Amino acid sequence: MLRKASSFPEEMLEHVLSFITSDKDRNAVSLVCKSWYEIERWCRKRIFVGNCYAVRPEMVIRRFPELRSVELKGKPHFADFDLVPDGWGGCVYPWIAALATAYPLLEEIKLKRMVVSDESLEVIAKSFKNFKVLVLSSCEGFSTDGLAAVAANCRNLRGLDLRESEVDDPSGQWLSRFPDSFTSLASLNISCLGAEVSFSALERLVGRCPDLKTLRLNHAVPLDKLANLLRGAPQLVELGTGAYSAELQPDVFSNLAGAFSGCKELRSLSGFWNVFPGYLPAVYPVCSGLTSLNLRDANIQGADLIKLVSQCRSLQRLWVLDYIEDIGLEALAACCKDLTELRVFPSDPYGAEPNVSLTERGLVSVSEGCPKLQSVLYFCRQMTNAALVTIAKNSPRMTCFRLCIIEPRAPDYQTLQPLDLGFGAIVENYKDLRRLSLSGLLTDRVFEYIGTYAKKLEMLSVAFAGDSDLGLHHVLSGCEKLCKLEIRDCPFGDNALLANAAKLETMRSLWMSSCSVSFRACKLLGQKMPRLNVEVIDERGPPDLRPENCPVEKLYIYRTIAGPRFDMPGFVWTMNGDSV
Amino acid sequence: MAASVLGTDRADNYKETELCLGLPGAAGAKNEVETPNKSTGKRGFAETVDLKLHLQAKDGVMDLNENIKNITSNVKNHLPAVTIKDPAKPPAKAQVVGWPPVRSYRKNVMSQKNAGEEGDQKASTGGSSAAFVKVCMDGAPYLRKVDLKMYKSYQELSDALAKMFSSFTMGNYGAQGMIDFMNERKLMDLLNSSEYVPSYEDKDGDWMLVGDVPWEMFVNSCKRLRIMKGSEAIGLVSAPRAMEKCKSRT
Repeated sequence: MLRKASSFPEEMLEHVLSFITSDKDRNAVSLVCKSWYEIERWCRKRIFVGNCYAVRPEMVIRRFPELRSVELKGKPHFADFDLVPDGWGGCVYPWIAALATAYPLLEEIKLKRMVVSDESLEVIAKSFKNFKVLVLSSCEGFSTDGLAAVAANCRNLRGLDLRESEVDDPSGQWLSRFPDSFTSLASLNISCLGAEVSFSALERLVGRCPDLKTLRLNHAVPLDKLANLLRGAPQLVELGTGAYSAELQPDVFSNLAGAFSGCKELRSLSGFWNVFPGYLPAVYPVCSGLTSLNLRDANIQGADLIKLVSQCRSLQRLWVLDYIEDIGLEALAACCKDLTELRVFPSDPYGAEPNVSLTERGLVSVSEGCPKLQSVLYFCRQMTNAALVTIAKNSPRMTCFRLCIIEPRAPDYQTLQPLDLGFGAIVENYKDLRRLSLSGLLTDRVFEYIGTYAKKLEMLSVAFAGDSDLGLHHVLSGCEKLCKLEIRDCPFGDNALLANAAKLETMRSLWMSSCSVSFRACKLLGQKMPRLNVEVIDERGPPDLRPENCPVEKLYIYRTIAGPRFDMPGFVWTMNGDSV
Repeated sequence: MAASVLGTDRADNYKETELCLGLPGAAGAKNEVETPNKSTGKRGFAETVDLKLHLQAKDGVMDLNENIKNITSNVKNHLPAVTIKDPAKPPAKAQVVGWPPVRSYRKNVMSQKNAGEEGDQKASTGGSSAAFVKVCMDGAPYLRKVDLKMYKSYQELSDALAKMFSSFTMGNYGAQGMIDFMNERKLMDLLNSSEYVPSYEDKDGDWMLVGDVPWEMFVNSCKRLRIMKGSEAIGLVSAPRAMEKCKSRT
């Protein structure tokens, strides 16, 4: 006999649900029936809003009255590369104001690519008595005044993480605002701050917080002070050093090496600005235990770099500059069999000539030597279809593959062919691929492969590729799980977009800049699809002053139940029924 | 580099030209792909613009005048002027906005740090790091950012700023808009007017009028820009003091 869902005691269902934490699962639960929807919404504790304009804060508050953690994202990803003009939006204040009233017990706020004012930080600091974690990832708009408010008021703060944010006029005094009685800090990431922080305040803070596991310093913390900090926090699991150079003095060196030796729990290292190679051996004692090494800001080269990396046999994640070269990647492939994530960044992205010997061979070596490789970001200056095919066959577990050949439209340098076949092999072999970034010379053919094979693809980034609307059409019609699509400088126009209008409601967002989508098509799309915000971003002035068939500069389309937003600057227009 | 200069235009137009733009894979292209710079010996930017004027738009979607406007506006916004140099030497690489996709805040941070290093670290900056500064305008509700290295002169910067803030000046402040601070008007006239004057904060924290020091010096010392009303700018450091600073640095 079937038991009706409503006869299942609520408390039992709530208890079961407390083990279900993934957003996707929670969403699925809420769709089972009305009573499950009700029970679920009353006990949901965390929410992730991938686009802050997709929903209004009041709607979130109405549905989920008991949240403890809110995560929001603002600007589109291409904002990282200056493609979104300043002032576009993503201001968090309206959310903070609403959350402050609705959730006095809120504990966590995580923001990415949002504009955060000092006022917002002050509201956070004063509204939530039990506030624990603040993460500001790639945010901007605030200063150390706002941080001072957080330090002074959040008595139970466990995490303050400013990763990659831009902080105005940083002065180190805000750190002193943590009261002496404050001891709960577990995670502090200030690596993005430009100016000095008060070292004595930092040292005292680190010394009195026994739960501190993550400490990412900024470049202004000098090397000779690092040993003191480490001795005050031997329990650290993740460390970002400050500047890593000083005159080589034996006592400074041995002090530092001793301090590192004392950190038996250390698993992750980063920082290393301005490395003086003579000090690198000081970290050797911890290398064998490291699972994550971030040398993205480190100007270590040649043998020093290879020696360092080769000692890290447990490494799972490596971020490094292309100083590692093919030869270093070969060494990596030989030593680090557990590697799952590799990111190689360009040391000289704007140079006309290559300054290092890093080619497709390096990536091939890693794919051959590291069978667990899942995530790759690789900047290089040359690639071949053959290399891509090899890489595709070697790494079945790949879920994120981002290749950036620095020269736009660069072909296979041996055959001069487009790289369609290579990327085709990538999407055909990587059955679980969720994220892909393309580069090099690519025709519509590559998009046909993507539409055919990349069935689990969620995010695709395209630049300087394709021949016609057919390319865009392949992607929009073929990639069933597509969530975010960002395109720049491609000859994609009205036809593919209008033909796949319905698809856009199944995605989080679509960005197109320097393409061929006309103003007329944007208006049409806005009229036809009321649940999309079709934003035309054009710094040349109002689009209706130009002919309708004129392409718009930038286009940002996202699904929303919030309707058009009202905080648009003068260069953004939302197309809707009564547009412009 | 021809391909990236025209990167904002549509690829289909390339097929219309009889003339080879040196694109890889195009018929008749030589094998130049060892060097990243593909426009070696090929037309510089000015000539490619000329080519555009004689092209038929492929499906008549774009009107010819629009074509020109788009190219020139894109050029002004995104690209420094590419001059045609000695054809034997590859022209300076025109920088495409946001490419390669490297975080801008990192560009600034890396260039500041590397500035203090020994010569052997020079390779890592490549000499073409960015110089992003915030620009605010009195009365405007938000900040903008510009990369000073994108411009070669005060005139270029002035044009870019005028364009950036035209939406304010047109809407709220009437047709006068941003002043052209490179014009002939005397300083005092400017300062007494109700028009807008750009000022900047330099490395010492002083606010100076834009245009007082040589361009290169300005780029190296400017930390942020503020566009203020002429009447407010009177209190700023005036030209004589700027020259003192100039001398003390050289």
